[in-house]
Amino acid sequence: MPYSPAMQPFLGTDSYIVSPELSRAVSVAITLQRPLLIKGEPGTGKTLLARDIARYYDLDLERWHVKSTTKAIDGLYTYDAVRRLHDSRFSEGKVSDIRDYISLGPLGRAFKRDTQAVVLIDEIDKADLEFPNDLLHELDAMEFTIMETGESIAARQRPVIIITSNNEKELPDAFLRRCVFHWIDFPDRELMTRIIRVHHPDVEEQLLAGALEAFYNLRDVDGLRKRPSTSEFIDWIAALRHAGFDPAKLLGAGLPFLGTLLKKEQDFATVERRTRRGVRRS
Amino acid sequence: MFLDFFYNLRSHGLKVTTHNWLALMEALAKGLHEESLSGFYQIARCILITNEAHFDEFDRAFAESFRGVKDDRAAILDDLEEWLANPKRLLHLDPELAAALKSLDIDELRRQFQERLAQQKERHDGGNRWIGSGGTSPFGTGGHHPSGVRLGGGGGRSALAVADARRFRELRRDLVLDTRQIAAALRRLRKLTRDEGDPELDIDSTIRATARNCGDLEIVMQPPRKNAVRLLLLLDVGGSMDPHAELVSRLFSAAHQAGNFRELRSYYFHNCVYGSVYEDARFNNAVRTQELLTTLDPSWFLVIVGDAYMHPGELMMSGGDWWMDGRGPTGMTWLARLASRFPRSAWINPEPKKLWTTGTIAEIAEVYPMFNLTLEGLDAMVRHLRRPPSPARAAQVARLAQTG
Repeated sequence: MPYSPAMQPFLGTDSYIVSPELSRAVSVAITLQRPLLIKGEPGTGKTLLARDIARYYDLDLERWHVKSTTKAIDGLYTYDAVRRLHDSRFSEGKVSDIRDYISLGPLGRAFKRDTQAVVLIDEIDKADLEFPNDLLHELDAMEFTIMETGESIAARQRPVIIITSNNEKELPDAFLRRCVFHWIDFPDRELMTRIIRVHHPDVEEQLLAGALEAFYNLRDVDGLRKRPSTSEFIDWIAALRHAGFDPAKLLGAGLPFLGTLLKKEQDFATVERRTRRGVRRS
Repeated sequence: MFLDFFYNLRSHGLKVTTHNWLALMEALAKGLHEESLSGFYQIARCILITNEAHFDEFDRAFAESFRGVKDDRAAILDDLEEWLANPKRLLHLDPELAAALKSLDIDELRRQFQERLAQQKERHDGGNRWIGSGGTSPFGTGGHHPSGVRLGGGGGRSALAVADARRFRELRRDLVLDTRQIAAALRRLRKLTRDEGDPELDIDSTIRATARNCGDLEIVMQPPRKNAVRLLLLLDVGGSMDPHAELVSRLFSAAHQAGNFRELRSYYFHNCVYGSVYEDARFNNAVRTQELLTTLDPSWFLVIVGDAYMHPGELMMSGGDWWMDGRGPTGMTWLARLASRFPRSAWINPEPKKLWTTGTIAEIAEVYPMFNLTLEGLDAMVRHLRRPPSPARAAQVARLAQTG
């Protein structure tokens, strides 16, 4: 190694295959200590990445699944005022100690750990537009103050932060500027073959080849509203194998278990029209 | 050569900041590119670019900057070395870049740069020189590094081949993709207010009131947050709009499904708005334009979708309703009246921008700010509608609305 980042480059795990580009982006993010922002088609393994980075480097994982009502502060800590109120009315618990009613969120817990952790901020685009801006300081300085107690919490070990987005909202520039960005491209056949072998180690050669062919043909059909993704392909192979499907029939018209691959009604119609035309031509 | 790359990126419209450029330097200094051009391509892209829609431009700029590099390794190494040895060059910036940098203190910038340079020298002294042709150095050509400037990774494709392939063309933002994306763009139009609806518990105020009440529970209710935006959508159908029908219908369904507007009204017209618009695309149920002008208050947002492309006479002469009540106002006057009544208005035009400078399109663009029917255009439109209307345009539109 001509350089000495604290860690080995991320090469994927036995259940997660990475492209060289993604592996490089992970190294850059870890070395520069910046959040890694991951975007890509649904079903390309954005969320799983954090789990596998944690597993690869043997770090703890904190998950923060963002919803439309999530506020930035929820990731740091929450103050359960209602429970405190309840306790005060019925004289339960230690009402006088406000700390009993404060619980740390995923980021807060990661800051407090003695060992480095991986924090997954999943689907950041689900939250309000201002959400990423509210996190700027915490992600830069890796510290925050609990308003209710005045206690300030600074990261003992800067966590590795992985953020995923589905592009539903534009993220603010100031936030983007601080991130390392990677777009998970749809895997090509070669990479896809490796991915399938990870999930179905003993898949029959002939079935895999036929399924790959059919799958990429299907993705190429014009006018699909939602193109089938990796995770759907994995499910489809499982279904084919379970049914003991004859691989030779895969290349003919009418794919079996199409419902595993296509999720929209219009898409069924589109594909059907296409195959009928194809049959007539041949 | 590397500075050229920076300029090239910027001239391709990519807003590469100095902040990120310095981060790239840091990554290079730490050897993350592993002495390969494809490594350099990968780290440059993940640090400098934050939107997959810009990958295509990045690829083009990269290819332009580094074409021929493979044949000229010595030159690239010299260039890189020279460039890094002369950080002062950054002071000779073009005006555009200089303006962009104004917010950054130039002394601070220099300090950072020199710090980084010093770091690099230390590495060099330590025997790990990071540019040069020596056997163990990055960007090297020697035997210790099988990858060398040649491209590593399992793929075996060179960074330039990757850049040249323009794989990310379909991710560009100037293409419209699907309803969901349109809906996501329109959703940003919302303005949340609380003024009607079934009240819900306001926990924060309840706690505050209860605390003030010495711990006796005091419930505070409030109306829920709701989108207060009302949108009036006028759609041009038929004739020259036929090629865009699919796109316009996607926009229409997106506005209906996911806009969550307090009120959304849509009407159809053909070519230009005259005395009437229609509730249906077959022009059966007419609604008088005057009625819209008087019944809808100016807080409504007005969005007109059309190609604004017609015979000049259709815009400037009395309109389609004159055989109903004599000579009416011209189409232009009707458009100006609408724009004047609804100051927050915009025009979405599915035709490519290069046609906008001519004929009736240019005339209408005087009255309505025009945006493309692409994601980029919709974003710009939403930004425009959220801003307060410009008084100058309002005055001009009011003048047009008077005449005719």
